[in-house]
Amino acid sequence: MIRRRVADAVAIAVAAVTVFPIYWMVLSALKPTGEIRSADPRPWTLHPTLEHFGSALGVSGFGRYFLNSAVVALTVVALSALISFLAAVALTRYRFRTRTTILVMFLVAQMVPVEALSIPLFFQIRDLGRTVPGVGLNTLGSLILVQLAFSLPFAIWMLRGFVAAVPQEIEEAATLDGAGRFTILWRILFPLVAPGLAATGVFSFITAWNDFLFAKTFIISATENQTLPAALLVFFKPDENDWGGIMAASTLMTIPVLVFFILVRRRLVSGLGGAVKD
Amino acid sequence: MSVTIRRQRLTPLWLLLPALAVLVPMFAYPLYQLGLLSLFEYGQPQVSGGEPARFVGAGNFRALFDDPTFWTVLGQTVVFATGCVVVTLAVGAALAVLLTRIGRVARAALSFAALTAWAAPAMTGSVVWSFLFDSNLGLVNEVLGLDGYNWFYDRSVAFALVGAVVVWHSFPFVMITLYAGIQAVPASVLEAAALDGAGAFTAFRRVTAPILRPLIIIVVIQSIIWDFKVFTQIYVMTGGGGIAGQNLVLNVYAYQKAFASSQYGLGSAIGIVMTVILLVVTLFYLRALRRTGEVL
Repeated sequence: MIRRRVADAVAIAVAAVTVFPIYWMVLSALKPTGEIRSADPRPWTLHPTLEHFGSALGVSGFGRYFLNSAVVALTVVALSALISFLAAVALTRYRFRTRTTILVMFLVAQMVPVEALSIPLFFQIRDLGRTVPGVGLNTLGSLILVQLAFSLPFAIWMLRGFVAAVPQEIEEAATLDGAGRFTILWRILFPLVAPGLAATGVFSFITAWNDFLFAKTFIISATENQTLPAALLVFFKPDENDWGGIMAASTLMTIPVLVFFILVRRRLVSGLGGAVKD
Repeated sequence: MSVTIRRQRLTPLWLLLPALAVLVPMFAYPLYQLGLLSLFEYGQPQVSGGEPARFVGAGNFRALFDDPTFWTVLGQTVVFATGCVVVTLAVGAALAVLLTRIGRVARAALSFAALTAWAAPAMTGSVVWSFLFDSNLGLVNEVLGLDGYNWFYDRSVAFALVGAVVVWHSFPFVMITLYAGIQAVPASVLEAAALDGAGAFTAFRRVTAPILRPLIIIVVIQSIIWDFKVFTQIYVMTGGGGIAGQNLVLNVYAYQKAFASSQYGLGSAIGIVMTVILLVVTLFYLRALRRTGEVL
């Protein structure tokens, strides 16, 4: 019993240390500037204020960056779900010669350091933008395309397990009832795989939402098309950082991901299991 | 009949087409281009079209391998990534076991805390930890009485701090995955082991660990891959690679070579070195998967 108490205490202590940076972020975002600058920082505040959120959203245009991030991440989630669903069906429901090769390629793609691809992609996006408007440098389209490509291999690999878990008899029964291929795909299989799509969706969302490198590389001059991670650096100044503003902006940036995580927590774990065990 | 068979054969192709339409131009082709660029002298004059790209063969790689900085950065990357992996796995595994031994309230608290760290974007983590360890206004210096101490002045201290942030971000994945794995071990098997006289430690080593093995392998390789590619934390926390580039890792080094000094060919060569290293890790991953009986 005593050992259990000790274990509980250790766990709570670890939890406190782990959550502390997030607590400190939210707290500092709510503290008045004077308290942030004060020499003895206190772990609470008696005068919470929204001034930093106001300045982040108003003066620094964070609303716009937030919207940009949301557009990129949600478009990637939607397109990735659609495309990876079709691919996962192809790779689980059909046997064809190049199937194993394609699967291995998707696996290998997950290991490629996509950061290194920023160099050739920079030139490719630049050239693409000259012929196709909306996907060149300084556009959100370029970020969507790139993040979509990077999220697909993992999404397909993970979704495979969910598609395979749907009993094939359901489709056979539907075929006997006269359902066409299209109906089976969208009216029967798609809803059944929805939990898996939620899990893969979280991963695609996070990859796209968190991306800093590609946003920094592709959005050079059109600052109005900046996304949150790169825009956050605006608050860093050589002489003195506006920590209140940085913490308010970081809080705004963390909330959507946290909400997403909490919503699909259980799915996430079973999704990992699905990807692992197939 | 033959029409049906042909349609059957073409269906998977149609289903795969959208994925390939995105992946080939945005992934496979750039990868090929990366290899190509690494063989050329490609700098500012070539970008602006003033001079044609000059084929230098293995020249970029030779320049790279002759440069002591490259070897320093490579060594740093390996040590830093290994350190992050080891600590992440140790902390994650220890906490996964702890999770099975604690009450409901403590478990909920630890799971929630881990979830917040997991969900926090790399950018958020980097700036919050930078604030906590800020030399003038940081809480840590205040509490420790180290007024004005700069945590980024010393190379090892700076790396350790960035490593702490990386671990903070990634231990939850290990913890939750392994915890889910432990939960999946059938209670009856453990009971049988206990009946046979196995203690808690023996039961873990002989029963739980072997069942968890495939999961552990995946978690290890996944951590290696993630920690080898750390970019945001290093770039943001050390201001682009630390004082005089003392905290560079391969990823940031490639970025700086390409985009800060316009040596795109050389940057691509670094990218190729990274890709090769990670592909070797992948090969081990595939072998490990095959040995655990994963059917592709």
